[in-house]
Amino acid sequence: MADALKYTKEHEWLKLEGGNVAVIGITEYAQDALGDLVFVELPEIGRKVGKGDSFAVVESVKTAAEVYSPVSGEVAAINDNLSSDPELIKKSLEEGWIAKIKITNPADLEGLMDKAAYDEFLSKQE
Amino acid sequence: MTAERKIVEISEAMEEIPGGNRGLLYEENLLWEKERSDEPGVDLPEPEGIKLRTGQPARGDIGLPQVSEPQVMRHFVRLSTWNYSIDHGFFPLGSCTMKHNPRLNEKIARFPGFAHVHPLQPESTAQGALRVMFELQEILGELTGLPGVCLAPAAGAHGELAGIMTIRRAHDAKGQSHRNIMLVPDSAHGTNPATAAMCGYELKVIPTKETGRMTVAAFKEALGDGKNVAGMMVTNPNTCGLFESDILEISKLLHEAGGYFYGDGANFNALVGKARPGALGVDVMHINLHKTFSTPHGGGGPGSGPICVTKDLAPYLPVPVVEKRGETFRLAYEDERKETMGRLKGFTGQFGMHVRALSYILSHGADGLKQVAEDAVLSANYILSQLKGDYHAPFGGPCMHECLLTDKFQKDSGVTTIDIAKTLCENGIHPMTVYFPLVVAGAMLIEPTETESKDSIDRFITVMKKIAADVKAGDTDKFHNFPENTPRQRLDEVTAAREPKLRWRA
Repeated sequence: MADALKYTKEHEWLKLEGGNVAVIGITEYAQDALGDLVFVELPEIGRKVGKGDSFAVVESVKTAAEVYSPVSGEVAAINDNLSSDPELIKKSLEEGWIAKIKITNPADLEGLMDKAAYDEFLSKQE
Repeated sequence: MTAERKIVEISEAMEEIPGGNRGLLYEENLLWEKERSDEPGVDLPEPEGIKLRTGQPARGDIGLPQVSEPQVMRHFVRLSTWNYSIDHGFFPLGSCTMKHNPRLNEKIARFPGFAHVHPLQPESTAQGALRVMFELQEILGELTGLPGVCLAPAAGAHGELAGIMTIRRAHDAKGQSHRNIMLVPDSAHGTNPATAAMCGYELKVIPTKETGRMTVAAFKEALGDGKNVAGMMVTNPNTCGLFESDILEISKLLHEAGGYFYGDGANFNALVGKARPGALGVDVMHINLHKTFSTPHGGGGPGSGPICVTKDLAPYLPVPVVEKRGETFRLAYEDERKETMGRLKGFTGQFGMHVRALSYILSHGADGLKQVAEDAVLSANYILSQLKGDYHAPFGGPCMHECLLTDKFQKDSGVTTIDIAKTLCENGIHPMTVYFPLVVAGAMLIEPTETESKDSIDRFITVMKKIAADVKAGDTDKFHNFPENTPRQRLDEVTAAREPKLRWRA
């Protein structure tokens, strides 16, 4: 994955777009842990989310996992293609993003991990 | 003969006879596919001289399949042979307490006075039945240390709903309606957050990933200033099979902040007769009669989920509640219990299950119930001790009534928890709970219960050890095809979930 991404302990990735929009998806680690994806529940455009709030659900044969927003803001766009093909999540950042959130509090970005920190975090996971 | 030897013989026999144990297992179509209009089930005379006031014909085709009684009998009996139940074999489903349903309970529940009692008959003619309910209320109150009891909820999740509604009502009564947060650890049963959400609460998750238990520090962080916290929902022992050892300190902090402690009773089997949840700070708790108190669980049900609450919360319980006035037992409803949330269930709840549960309790006695908890914990620890070298035990041991293992040692070979579960099916054992709790990857949660003999537990251990040994030896291909000896083989769960077909005919 690209080095410019930010990561959360809940295994979301975040890419900044145009300065104040966060494109959000789930990491390869989360994709592997979930296994075959069967359904993605997307938020409504315009929904307000707080940092740490669940804004989407990714469902696999094993479980349904919440996707938490790394930032506070408002849902600006959703990746509708995931509704018909949930496995797109695994393809690439360009095809597999879940939602774009317009950031209201840029300070939220500060606590997020860069790639090196996330890799380090992963190495300590079971 | 050792368990190891038995398995080898069984598997050898299967290899010699193609199809293995399927010889007398019948393929069975739907009743609709059997339909033959010349074979109606019942031969009724044509209705004559009947004219309906609505003008409709006296007899119409209501679209039921036309099959004979023997066909119907065989249909359902054959399907029942495809089923797997606790009467059939080992069923180590973690956090579900699939234990033997003693036949004594069944016998008592079939006494005509219990089996034929009607919910609308006058109370004076149903005193025995009401006494059963009253005594069960009293005993559950004693066992939990929570004296306010209502037997009405129909199942565990229904009991949870009743419990959280009780908490909501108590806050409303105290002018604390602004409290809108429910704390739930990440190892919780899925029904906990679902119930909290149903009752309009926002969830705040208490992380337990590091040690499998709630820590005081993690709890304090989730609690914050506690001003908007309505309560906390905790299963103890939790779904990692661990006792929440900081629970006294945590419940004290919660109470000081004005919140209520909801205890999920799903794992009460580990504590029954040994510790009272009320003494651990629990304010409200549901009991799964179909788990701890051995009433039928699963398809056989129905479940039954009484709730037990502190004296302070008792006025808010659902109705009816059985009361004793002098020597008379009676059902108290809204007109007498003014602060109740009202009814959650028709009539009195699952009365047949109340009879079975009381029969179970009285036939075990206080010492017997204590031994239930002790033996349940012993069985789980025996399995953990035997398998922890073959499978990863994320939190070590000892455990309570269930033990948690993962596929960490196996997964690099491509054999994962799902394959291990399917291989158990192949060996005539119902799989454990898989991929739950969510706090560990590839979870296998095993609850043997106290009613399994050492022989049956040893057989399970032998099969599990054989799976681990085969994986270690690199003999892994076969695992992806199991089960092969079952009425249906490996299902395509992914396609089933992506393209569900909800009708048998397109």
